[in-house]
Amino acid sequence: MTAIIERRGGPASGRAPAPASSFAGRRRPGEFLIKLALRLAAAVTVVTTVGILIALLIPSLSFFAEVPVLEFLFGTRWAPRFADASFGVLPLVTATLWTTLIALLVAVPFGLGAATLLAEYARPRVRKVLKPLLEILAGIPTVVYGFFALQFVQGTVLRDWLHLPTGAFSVLAAGLVMGVMIIPTIASIAEDAMSAVPQALRQGSAALGANRMQTTLRVVFPAALSGIVAAVVLGISRAVGETMIVAIAAGNQAQLVTNPLDQGQTMTGFIANAALGDSRVGSLEYNTLFAVGLLLFLITLLINFISIRFVRRFREAY
Amino acid sequence: MRKSTAKIFASTALVLVGALALSGCGGQPSGGDTSGSGASGGGLTGSVNTDGSSTVAPLTEAAADLFRDEESGVNVSVATSGTGGGFKTFCAGETDVSNASRPIKDEEAADCEAAGIKYTEIVAANDGLSVIVNPENDWAEDLTVEQLNLIWGPEAEGKITNWNQVDPSFPDQAITLFGAGTDSGTFDYFTEEINGEDGAIRTDYSPSEDDNITIQGVAGDVGAIGFLGLSYVEENEGVVKAVAVDGVMPSTETVQDGTYTPLGRPLFIYVNNASYVDKEQVKSFIDFYVANSAEIAERALFVPLTEDQVTTATDELASLG
Amino acid sequence: MSPTSTTATQPLRASAPIATGRNGEMRPSALAFLLLLWLSLFVAFAVLITLLITIFLTGQNKLSTALLFNFPSADPDEAGARPAILGSVWAIGATAVMTLPLGIAAAVHLEEFADRKRWFNRFIELNVQNLAAVPSIVYGLLALAFLSMLGVTNKNIVIGGAFALTLLILPVIIIATREALRAVPREIRDGSLALGATQWQTTWRQVLPASVPGIATGSILALSRALGEAAPLLVLGALVYITFDPNGLLSGYTTLPIQIFNWTGRPQEGFHELAGATSILLLAVLILMNALAIFIRNKFQKRW
Repeated sequence: MTAIIERRGGPASGRAPAPASSFAGRRRPGEFLIKLALRLAAAVTVVTTVGILIALLIPSLSFFAEVPVLEFLFGTRWAPRFADASFGVLPLVTATLWTTLIALLVAVPFGLGAATLLAEYARPRVRKVLKPLLEILAGIPTVVYGFFALQFVQGTVLRDWLHLPTGAFSVLAAGLVMGVMIIPTIASIAEDAMSAVPQALRQGSAALGANRMQTTLRVVFPAALSGIVAAVVLGISRAVGETMIVAIAAGNQAQLVTNPLDQGQTMTGFIANAALGDSRVGSLEYNTLFAVGLLLFLITLLINFISIRFVRRFREAY
Repeated sequence: MRKSTAKIFASTALVLVGALALSGCGGQPSGGDTSGSGASGGGLTGSVNTDGSSTVAPLTEAAADLFRDEESGVNVSVATSGTGGGFKTFCAGETDVSNASRPIKDEEAADCEAAGIKYTEIVAANDGLSVIVNPENDWAEDLTVEQLNLIWGPEAEGKITNWNQVDPSFPDQAITLFGAGTDSGTFDYFTEEINGEDGAIRTDYSPSEDDNITIQGVAGDVGAIGFLGLSYVEENEGVVKAVAVDGVMPSTETVQDGTYTPLGRPLFIYVNNASYVDKEQVKSFIDFYVANSAEIAERALFVPLTEDQVTTATDELASLG
Repeated sequence: MSPTSTTATQPLRASAPIATGRNGEMRPSALAFLLLLWLSLFVAFAVLITLLITIFLTGQNKLSTALLFNFPSADPDEAGARPAILGSVWAIGATAVMTLPLGIAAAVHLEEFADRKRWFNRFIELNVQNLAAVPSIVYGLLALAFLSMLGVTNKNIVIGGAFALTLLILPVIIIATREALRAVPREIRDGSLALGATQWQTTWRQVLPASVPGIATGSILALSRALGEAAPLLVLGALVYITFDPNGLLSGYTTLPIQIFNWTGRPQEGFHELAGATSILLLAVLILMNALAIFIRNKFQKRW
């Protein structure tokens, strides 16, 4: 009797809270398919990584069947497409190192400076305006940066104004502009890290009589250190992987770079330049492209892992 | 709530589809060109794929520009993988026309034959492969072939790094070198003529399939030297300057009468016979190219064909059709 | 000796006064430090302004309808970026159609349905973070290898470029969508579940609609990034001289950044002006897209 009355009750209120099992048990078949579809979508990311590895490894294995690994990694002459061919990748690596180093010399001080200003000194309203403006630097296409590097930095500043002994292309011009491009990357992550440091630490420091500079340098920086390191490491990763700025402004000559005013060809520059020509699938030239791509991918993978570890550490600390 | 989500997704999809559709409208051959020519007479459609030499590309591009005034519905594309790269795609049947700044090599001809591709070689224009230096270079105005070999030969790699090594009277100025890459017909031709063997060259220079990079490099460095096709020199007067080779400056006259040697050369287009016969737009384009070769060469600043060469080309074309 | 007597007998040492309050902030070193910080911000903005000004000065002559409607030409006065504009529209359109459903679905799974404790799902998260930082040119190589594997010989097709761009911005979309989903408070989900909805119903009817502004913002920003990309497309043969409008997924194409790259590499001043003008065009489109994204965020974002 009571059961019948309960069921005949009015809307929602009348019905007693249904035992969980009766609704949970009622599987709607569409949902299973939907959840499967979602899972497949997430799996695509794994497939992408696997795809990248396979795409890079297969031609590379063919490449290393013809060129010894040690000669590739440590050789100093890069002339892969010539009759008298050499496959030593060091010239490309030195050019990449130079551009990355110069970029960091620009991006780290200015990026950290901007981050400190935004995190420690700026009032919230000022922050709201300055932060998006800084993001604009990150939004400019790298092609436009490359154009700027070639025309203005190399042509006008380095050659015409400073009369430096340099030609049409240089590693310096590319590195400087790359540094400016990376400033927002470093600034944004470093600023996140510094903002994550609890106010309590700052207040304690102020209570002890320190001014803001001392607090920043002696309390906030050490506390946010893993985040700052993560920011710099991510900046390194972006610099190593950047293509257009170096393809336009750094030059095409694969040589061991000793002087930043010289031109040089980075790993990414080589891939871009070589891809402009035609390489038959399966030929040694085609495989060379992927061997350098593999090296690039592994280097950035390593750098990214280091960065992610540091990010985790700073996110967990507080 | 569900309705608004669905609405948002639906409207986004509509906007995207609308954008694609609108750009699809743009894809229709538009009668009104801003270039002002009235009759886009022909109703031909389809594509003509060309690839190959960066030297010849401006010529084919000029031909494509002028051709568009006649047949605006035909899609002509000009890629620049270098003469060698162009032949690879050509002998794989992927292009209808291959632009080449040197004749086809035996190995390449064998590849084409193995793939069953029959082709016709047509001389499209002439070229004086030029050696260029920076406008401020006032010491190297005339170089002999031996001097060029000294600068560019394989033995020079790492050793010849200064102009005063080429000639003691030249100033103490570092040499930087720019030139065509290994896929380039210009590369093949230059190395063969100057260094005696196709492909023999020092490797410490800035190679590029894009001759514009060579111009940029030489224009930006007082001690630079480069080599590329004459049309690029003429396009960039004042930006770079040509050097006389064995006393002869490259020009239309010296190339046509043969005094600019050994670097005077013909430029070719190779036409896939099957494409010519089967695809009307290819036939139309090639006929146009040959018939208007003088105008095209003038527009692109190339050395036009001599009268004999014009006759030969027309005959070749007739044998195709 | 008791501590109190120590303090009573010994006078406070009159060495360097403790710098407190305003005085501390006014010390020369502190001021210099502040100055340095403002300088770094200033330098960053100065370079940005210089870049914008030089681009504008170089390109202003060529800003005209000819830029929008003409085809490329050997003559800089007649050249335009029409195929590049349409090519960009096609490439980004195709990319959006492919990457948005995929990215949002993956993010929904990772955020709402996946069991965070299982190692497999943590691995996927790590993987997504890593993919977001892979150099863009590697995605071009991936697409190249994929097309070769399929036996496609002509790599200059819209769908090929869209494929590379899709995978490139997929991690960015996933990360942005997850942030948006995370911002929806737990209470909404709990309330929905308490009323008897299934997890999917909760997600579809409550969480997703609430996070649409965040997703839209993130998606637009990701697509604007794809619009500015050139490196992966270079590998896929987008640097080509075409005299027709790209008009299909299998059509040949080129894009605005590639066109800029092309013209930058030419020595004639006229082409540099064209490169500058096209850069201005591209920047204008990007500014519009970013403004749209920010507008959506500010107008529709719910404050929980």
